[in-house]
Amino acid sequence: MARMKFLCDAERCIECNSCVTACKQEHDIPWGVNRRRVVTLNDGVPGERSISVACMHCSDAPCMAVCPVDCFYKTEEGVVLHDKDLCIGCGYCFYACPFGAPQFPQTGAFGVRGKMDKCTFCAGGPEPDRSNAEFVKYGRNRLAEGKLPACAEMCSTKALLGGDGEVIANIYRDRVTHRGKGGEVWGWATAYKVPGGAGATPPPGGAAPPPAPGTAPAAGGTKS
Amino acid sequence: MLARKSLFVIGAATLALALAGCGERPQVINYKQGKYQGKPDTPAFTNAPFNGNKQQWDNAIDTRAQEQNEYVRLRD
Repeated sequence: MARMKFLCDAERCIECNSCVTACKQEHDIPWGVNRRRVVTLNDGVPGERSISVACMHCSDAPCMAVCPVDCFYKTEEGVVLHDKDLCIGCGYCFYACPFGAPQFPQTGAFGVRGKMDKCTFCAGGPEPDRSNAEFVKYGRNRLAEGKLPACAEMCSTKALLGGDGEVIANIYRDRVTHRGKGGEVWGWATAYKVPGGAGATPPPGGAAPPPAPGTAPAAGGTKS
Repeated sequence: MLARKSLFVIGAATLALALAGCGERPQVINYKQGKYQGKPDTPAFTNAPFNGNKQQWDNAIDTRAQEQNEYVRLRD
């Protein structure tokens, strides 16, 4: 059974925002709603990294756990979707999501929060596949057409991979093997700036913090 | 004797109460397909052009996924 996932190769992402544009265009997303966005770490600093972020279609999705009206469901392909007819726009899912994926269209002078909108992995929603009702509420259903998400397929550098988790992990592994670097871009060293890790910055005062428990400092230094 | 017995009962009750605090319920909710409150959804391969042929849909998705790997494309 396929488990649909996204994987963004931070070594390749050039912050061109074509994934964001593709998503917006494909699903006719209104102004103010960003199902996908590009986040840059250490912007302007040599060694900056950009990653494209949207709903990660978690295996154990916290949004599903906190939804008071149980409007979330998961497809056989592992795509987390929701029923907008049930959504009450409470925003619990937004607080629960570690990626900030749930979006809320704001209408009116006082910013009345509408029903939640998020990345569907281009899988539409519970309306009939490829119907107008589905497009209006959830956007285009590319999976039903045998296609992968528009953001991944439009990515200019193929930094953003989408598809079955096993398949895209193999593609990423193949890529890292060929270029001989970049495998360390993701991981503890980058996230917590372990000295020597990608994106590491010299600690103030020269005092090096101890390496993370259970991890060795990643090989290679900061790349420009 | 009675005091000793009641002391034992109180002690056992206190111990049980204290240990109850150590109990941990599973935090992960297992969701089942179609068990949510909303409308049921159909699998992606149900309608045209795949008309329920899951194998054909799987192949189409896999082909598209492999197109993301330019190392494979370059070898062709």
